[in-house]
Amino acid sequence: MALLEVSALSKRFGGVQAVSSVSLQVQQGMIKAIIGPNGAGKTTLFNMISGFVPPDAGAIRFEGEAIQGSPPHRVAARGLSRTFQHIRLFAHMTALENVMVGRHLRSRTGFLEGMVRLPWTRREDEEVRERSLELMDFLGIAGLAEAEATSLAYGQQRAVELARALASEPRMVLLDEPAAGLNMRETTELAKLITRIRQRGVTVLLVEHDMSLVMRISDEVAVLSYGEKIADADPRSVQRDEQVIRVYLGEEEC
Amino acid sequence: MLGELLLQYLVAGLTYGTIYAVVGMGFNIIYNATGIINFAQGEFVMLGGMTAVSLHQVLPLPLAILGAVAVTMAIGALIEMAFIRWLAAPSVLRMIIITIGVSIVVREAALLVWGQQVRALPYFTGNEVTSISMGGARVSPQVLWAVGTTALMVALVTAFFRWASWGRQMRACASNRVAASLCGLPTRNLVTLAFVLSAGMGALAGCVVSPITYTQYGIGTGLAIKGFTVAILGGLGNSLASVAAGLVFGILESFSVSVLPTAYKDVVTIAVLLAILFVRPSGLFGARKASRP
Amino acid sequence: MRSARWFQVALFMAAAVAVELAAVYAGKAFLLTQLTMSAYYTLVVIGLSLLMGYAGQISIGHAGFFAIGGYAAAALTTWDLSGRRGGWLVSALGAAGALVSRPDLYGGQVLVVRPWVAFGVAVLLALVIAFAVGIPVLRLKGHYLAMATLGIGTIVYSIALGTGALGAADGISGVPPFPLLGGLQVGGAASIRVANYYIAFGLLALGMLLLLNLVNSRVGRALRAIHGAEEAASAMGVDTARFKLQTFVLSAVLAAVAGVFLTHFNGGVGPSEASIMKSVKYVAIVAVGGMGSLWGTLTTSLVLNFLSLRGYFGTFDDAVFGLILIAVMLFAPSGILALSFRRSLEPVLGRLRTAPKPAAREGEAGDPDSMPYRLEEKPSEDGR
Repeated sequence: MALLEVSALSKRFGGVQAVSSVSLQVQQGMIKAIIGPNGAGKTTLFNMISGFVPPDAGAIRFEGEAIQGSPPHRVAARGLSRTFQHIRLFAHMTALENVMVGRHLRSRTGFLEGMVRLPWTRREDEEVRERSLELMDFLGIAGLAEAEATSLAYGQQRAVELARALASEPRMVLLDEPAAGLNMRETTELAKLITRIRQRGVTVLLVEHDMSLVMRISDEVAVLSYGEKIADADPRSVQRDEQVIRVYLGEEEC
Repeated sequence: MLGELLLQYLVAGLTYGTIYAVVGMGFNIIYNATGIINFAQGEFVMLGGMTAVSLHQVLPLPLAILGAVAVTMAIGALIEMAFIRWLAAPSVLRMIIITIGVSIVVREAALLVWGQQVRALPYFTGNEVTSISMGGARVSPQVLWAVGTTALMVALVTAFFRWASWGRQMRACASNRVAASLCGLPTRNLVTLAFVLSAGMGALAGCVVSPITYTQYGIGTGLAIKGFTVAILGGLGNSLASVAAGLVFGILESFSVSVLPTAYKDVVTIAVLLAILFVRPSGLFGARKASRP
Repeated sequence: MRSARWFQVALFMAAAVAVELAAVYAGKAFLLTQLTMSAYYTLVVIGLSLLMGYAGQISIGHAGFFAIGGYAAAALTTWDLSGRRGGWLVSALGAAGALVSRPDLYGGQVLVVRPWVAFGVAVLLALVIAFAVGIPVLRLKGHYLAMATLGIGTIVYSIALGTGALGAADGISGVPPFPLLGGLQVGGAASIRVANYYIAFGLLALGMLLLLNLVNSRVGRALRAIHGAEEAASAMGVDTARFKLQTFVLSAVLAAVAGVFLTHFNGGVGPSEASIMKSVKYVAIVAVGGMGSLWGTLTTSLVLNFLSLRGYFGTFDDAVFGLILIAVMLFAPSGILALSFRRSLEPVLGRLRTAPKPAAREGEAGDPDSMPYRLEEKPSEDGR
């Protein structure tokens, strides 16, 4: 059984069919990429999977359970985390605090406990802090912990957002154009990082424009064009697929 | 007998409805041009009436009204230039608080100038007992003045936006401010124009209903809330719809007095506001961008 | 961090003590009355500060909750139930010990609800109303939220003003003191003025402590996340609707508690406590004190409320608050006293390089110090 199963998902916005009966599967432990020209429906697909946009038709199954139409926080609670194309870190909070929010699902303190601060609340807070620092360490950004998140360099913010997404110990992360705005060196590091994430047992589904990154690290690649899936195979085969080449006519491969 | 009573309520509802319609329109004009909800909208109505009363002490009625409208327009422009103009991309919260602050200051200034006294302009034609018999009810000619003036204003404003060069420019500005300024439109001045227009309309409405409803320094706040209700009822951004909505709302309010004690009149009208907000924020005639945050 | 909070509250209480001693020593003990009132109003304000500053929700109707608390307490402790002794409700309440017989202002005996029970009912009422109102209202944003809260405050005001049983325009007076533990009473008699000062400031200190704890907990982080980037917070598993609602209810309860206490202290309550102007003043104070800064808001509130109550602004009271609103929002939207002690603990801001948000930067040689990912530990390289 695939970890994530998308079946015949469709979404229409006014006169535009953004996603048209798209089906795909992501197996546990795999890195899968979704590529396609701008406007192909990639981000809409992501938004449907993560619960931000309800699909018009179709089903989404995560670990066998239907999640289509669930609101974002419920999807996250199932073990599916995500990052955003335009980095959305929490302003006026440090990088560490941002990551700590990522651990929201792994902690329990509520309003009453938070006000009174029972001993177990304090212990839980300590634990959240430690685990968050550990995670930032894994990503090599532990030194940025006390910095105000939105004042960091762009590449560093990406790393913080990644740490935040991983903090809930998800089974799968959705990365929305993680390489956007990174230079070649940073992209290489990103590639290494994503592979490391996979090694930790987290399945990765990413949307990307950067072909070199995609071809380098993905186990499988799905191609969208005008809302439809036109290819879904290993990177080699996809590169040679005629339809894909036609859709990307004019795109240089790095 | 009952028919006569109902007609009286209807007439009263229409009278107040015209003010609400005009305030609602004023809201929409400014909202369309700037995305701001101007809480001080109700104060324009108050200023129009009060200024006219003061001017009438030295000027004949028509000139007093004209003067009042001009003064209120000037104040509208001043408010825009002093508080709104030089804010760069303010947050909604900031704008709300500023316009609330402005409405408070204007109201307190009015209190200072005119005191707590209730005032009224004299009836334009006849006096408080003159009435025309219409369909079995006695209608004061002032009501006809009110409805007529409002209709004229609505027509003129609609024509302005449709055909006048500045009107079209304002529509462009409302649609896409950046594009408009890139096309060379004087967007900042157009915003001021929006305020001037709203202020003038409110002031004129205030003058025309003042004989019937009286004017006092504090009427602005209630009008703002009701005007906002009307604007939303018609669909925020839709000027014409707010006219219809205003009349409906006025009539609704008028009839509610017959059912509930007068003290709870406000409760009814606000309940209507809340109902719309909760159920259908895009209003009866649904503007495209329903909940523009 | 924990001890810092306790220390701050202790400092605050010490300051309160100092002020009290100074006032009494200078023979101006009457100032304590206005200070006590300011403290209760400040309780409302800090709750509102949590709602506006942390959860990012505006409420221009919070005076309504204060009034709900105040009126509930006033009504229950003044409505004479002796005429209904036979009724089932009154007998049940009497049997439960919820009623007490006391002399009224005119020398007669009245049967009323005990102040503690009235307090419980008032808080419960505010809680329920806040929940009921909050669920639909908090789904709104921006102007709509502002108007809805304004509307709700106005409804409370209209009901208070228009209902005969609630005293209409005169409000309710003759509210008895509220006996707390020991011999302590919340009431306006001059003999217990000093004690009441400490009750008020103690309550305020307690409220501050609870809120400070909350803000530094998982909940506080979640709220700030919601305020910072609501969708991202949602993607991290934060149930944003629930958190906003709970914050709203908490702030409403705080306002109601303040309402109960102040009503007993003043011996009465009137519709003006629910007026729009009152709500606007609360918002103004939060804006000035710095949204998201509890101590800043507390200080501002104590000062402004005290000055207002002492009549320093004269008849221009409302105008002054209006001007403050305008001035602060124009020139210092994050509040003029936006002390963020969190910020002051951060040592690293100056040492970080901030790159402008780039479009694709293909082919650019990376600056080694801005490398986003370092898989190997290199503590010496970044020097942090």
